[in-house]
Amino acid sequence: MIRWLLWLLFGIALGGVVHLVTVLALPRFAEQSAYARLVPVSPVNAMVQLPAPAADSTLLPLMDPAFAESVCRYDLGEGPLKFVVPVTQAYTSLSFYTREGVAYYAINDRAAGRRIIELDLMTADQRAELPENDEMTAADRLIVESPGETGLVLVRALAPEPGFMPMVRETLAKARCEASPPAQDKNG
Amino acid sequence: MRAADACGPRRVGMSADLVRRSETPGGFLRLLLGMLIALTVAAVLGLGATYLSVSGQPPFGTLQVGAWQAWPRSGTATIDPYAQAVLIRSGALPVGSGDGVAFVTRRTDDVEPLNARCETVVRGITPAARYWTLTVYDEAGRLMNPPELRQGFTSQEIVRNAAGEFEIVVSPRARAGNWLPVARAGRYMLVLRLYDTPIGITTPSGPGTPMPAVIQRGCPA
Repeated sequence: MIRWLLWLLFGIALGGVVHLVTVLALPRFAEQSAYARLVPVSPVNAMVQLPAPAADSTLLPLMDPAFAESVCRYDLGEGPLKFVVPVTQAYTSLSFYTREGVAYYAINDRAAGRRIIELDLMTADQRAELPENDEMTAADRLIVESPGETGLVLVRALAPEPGFMPMVRETLAKARCEASPPAQDKNG
Repeated sequence: MRAADACGPRRVGMSADLVRRSETPGGFLRLLLGMLIALTVAAVLGLGATYLSVSGQPPFGTLQVGAWQAWPRSGTATIDPYAQAVLIRSGALPVGSGDGVAFVTRRTDDVEPLNARCETVVRGITPAARYWTLTVYDEAGRLMNPPELRQGFTSQEIVRNAAGEFEIVVSPRARAGNWLPVARAGRYMLVLRLYDTPIGITTPSGPGTPMPAVIQRGCPA
């Protein structure tokens, strides 16, 4: 009898391990993740505006209909990316997500403190390779470090009243994500 | 899970008798059987617990104010693995903590589920934020209403009383004031998103956080 109880205890302990492993592994294998949903509509390293959410749209659940949203699905394998986002009248923000959906950074227009939000997105390695006394980088640019090479950047702009939406979408259409003018050029 | 625990020993007992009766291959068979039982228990318990914990709401780090729930850590890099699994299964992107915080409710203050048949009032004030939006979704997180109807309010559209409080009426029938229609039948949820707010990041937030009350005011039979 003891033997079987031991097997049972072993099974329970193993169950705990199975539970932890599956929870931790789930983000890597989720087929319905936001990233996977956006793959068909967003080219890599380009800013595209998302359609307005609608009752029958299944692109992403729980989108805020008061916002115009653009997404840049990035891959830093070729080098850092530069983001240029014009600030709209009411409220503009950039949210950075890993491929597994972790919101690792977000900034809004007030925190950026300018009419145009400009920043560079790079991996830790790419940042380490930046020339140290690059004044441009140090003083003027906001640098965001991506935990991985791929992910999503969501640019969101609020239309405080529905009438503002066309104007907000027009401004948001000017948002860009593109290969950084390489800092390496200055180096040599 | 308890059920699995309970049937484990019964099965073991029966099998043990069986094994004892067959004398010759005893040890090996018992080992095989033990392993089989352990693996079955592990699979049922482990996968069951995973399924239960990642379906529905994130189990940890909930900030509850009245009927409203928020998961401020879900908008940061320090999100716990359970919340991450819940989010990635739903396909939604959390509001980043530098952006704002989202409060969700599927019920009234009296723990009645939000029902599109009834008239529900969202009344009071919100925590400090540059803007906020209140949006009505169905249970799957899709917008509740067709495009010609209002999906929600922004803080700028709201009519407030002299004390600065607002009252939004969520109802299938038109109402004066801040009327938020619900065009489809069934349960729904409300999401109040605060943008550019100290809630959840810099200020300790808890039951003292001012959130609007959610009250059911009438429900035709």
